[in-house]
Amino acid sequence: MTFLQLNHIEKNFGPVKVIKGIDLVIEKGEFVVFVGPSGCGKSTLLRLIAGLEAVDGGNIHLDGQDITALPSSKRDLAMVFQSYALYPHMSVYDNMSFALTLAKVDKAEIDEKVKHAAKILNLEPYLDRQPKDLSGGQRQRVAIGRAIVRAPKVFLFDEPLSNLDAALRGQTRVEIAKLHRDLGATTVYVTHDQVEAMTLADRVVVLRDGKIEQVGTPLELYDKPANQFVAQFIGTPQMNVLAASAVPQLAGAFAVPVPVGGFVGLRPESIVLKDKSGGQLRGKVELVEALGAETLIYVMSEQGAQLVARQNARTPVKVGDTVGVEIDTATAHLFDAQGRVAYTGAIAGLSAGSPGA
Amino acid sequence: MSKAKALPAKFSAALLVRTVVAWLVTLVLFFPLGWLILTAFKTELQAIEVPPLFIWTPTLENFHEVQERSDYLLYAKNSLVTSVVSTLLGLAIAAPAAYSMAFFRTKRTRDILLWMLSTKMMPAVGALVPIYVLAQKAELLDTQLALIIVFTLSNLPIMVWMLYSHFKDIPHEILEAARMDGATLWQEFYRVLLPLAVGGLASCGLLCLVLSWNEAFWSLNLSAAKAGTLAALIASYSSPEGLFWAKLSAASFMAIGPIVVFGWFSQKQLVQGLTFGAVK
Repeated sequence: MTFLQLNHIEKNFGPVKVIKGIDLVIEKGEFVVFVGPSGCGKSTLLRLIAGLEAVDGGNIHLDGQDITALPSSKRDLAMVFQSYALYPHMSVYDNMSFALTLAKVDKAEIDEKVKHAAKILNLEPYLDRQPKDLSGGQRQRVAIGRAIVRAPKVFLFDEPLSNLDAALRGQTRVEIAKLHRDLGATTVYVTHDQVEAMTLADRVVVLRDGKIEQVGTPLELYDKPANQFVAQFIGTPQMNVLAASAVPQLAGAFAVPVPVGGFVGLRPESIVLKDKSGGQLRGKVELVEALGAETLIYVMSEQGAQLVARQNARTPVKVGDTVGVEIDTATAHLFDAQGRVAYTGAIAGLSAGSPGA
Repeated sequence: MSKAKALPAKFSAALLVRTVVAWLVTLVLFFPLGWLILTAFKTELQAIEVPPLFIWTPTLENFHEVQERSDYLLYAKNSLVTSVVSTLLGLAIAAPAAYSMAFFRTKRTRDILLWMLSTKMMPAVGALVPIYVLAQKAELLDTQLALIIVFTLSNLPIMVWMLYSHFKDIPHEILEAARMDGATLWQEFYRVLLPLAVGGLASCGLLCLVLSWNEAFWSLNLSAAKAGTLAALIASYSSPEGLFWAKLSAASFMAIGPIVVFGWFSQKQLVQGLTFGAVK
């Protein structure tokens, strides 16, 4: 069921077009993540949905109602800000109950809802504290609590984990995923971190320069990127994209011919290192990153193409070694000179022809 | 070790110099005020005696005479009413103006702020004739209302600036969060912005109260016996018939007394207001 619908949304800041006609349909209960490099317009798009910025073109429908001209206070959306944006002069309890107090909800009901949310978020011992007496992670949980107390139509998250340290970020990410599973609330989440996007989203919207590059489930984006930008944005380390001219050995090895001036895209796991007599290419090892569970090996081919290989096994390979590079051409992605996808290889580990959606 | 021992000595020498200089500067600054207070308790003859008297029997005669001759309490009431009302009125106008400039910036905001400040660069006397004529035509000469309007307008640029710089330091997202929580504009202003800005509002109000209380130019020119403020009262003791130093001092003492006491108790807020934005 269509719940939140964006129809050809446009936004300009002065002469600069930051959102250039975005159409998007979000289903009820869906967790949608906007992801993209900084300056791509993802936060602006969220603020347009929130009503914190006015749209310059197009319209927004929520639950069958045109909310384009409604002020934020009337949209029934809750937002979690990157900076938490707690009310510094109010206790945790008052922060969480503020919206209900404004809505003149019965005191006993407010109390019940705040206590319930505090329990979910492990905030019960802190209800009387001021925001300044809380740690960053606790503040972020209060901000989330403030949103869930209201049971809004849509939750909006604007890079909520950016101010947390790495360990807490991972932990809070899991909590948000769990919360979404429990509450089933429609959520729009903005991040520049593709790991957050991949782990949290039902669907990911990849944005660049105010336009949608691709919408799909995390694995669709990984396996079937619509273009070179998405292919390289999703996945760490990013996909190897080589000019076809830099790997002449591979010409003719693909299911379709590489377009003139085109590029070959290879996931790091599609590249296997052999001894120097094996594989299609030969190169020199430039860097070995042993991460424990996996090892990343950076190789410069004889033709000057830089490749990253990922392998799960520990490797005896050292910097400076000459190695052979075996490429699984069946899993390669081919792009034309403009970066549009020309061919998407079979997904490693799946039988060819499995439905892509 | 020797270095550690040498340091305190060096510091105490520097400290001594600094203390002496500070006391000298303070004495120079305080001297006129101190002398004024002393003179207020002398008779007219003692006041002009050369060399000046340092030991005498203090008298309260001047204070009696000031109250009797020119109704000190009336002037004090005028000062109180004009400064308090103009400050409240100014805050009521300046706070929304500063709010819109701080949170809904446009590319003209900076220009408007500079323009407002630039009005303070013109000497007040430049506007004397038009304002006098306006007050006369509106039959507001020698009324509290005229002074309230003029005090409010002349303090407004400073108030907007002070509140603007104070509001600017409040994170925008907090107000946006209130909006998302369903707060109307008024609720956002009243329940979130004001509690966060109360320090800035207080220091701004205090400063303007002091400025209005001490305002002399307009009260001398727009008011006389009915609406005159304490500044006008003081001035009336330096008259063409000659200077009455002791009574002038007594009048000044009574005029500045309330505001000095008030300022003393609110100095923390005042200093915060005056240096606001200078140090974060």
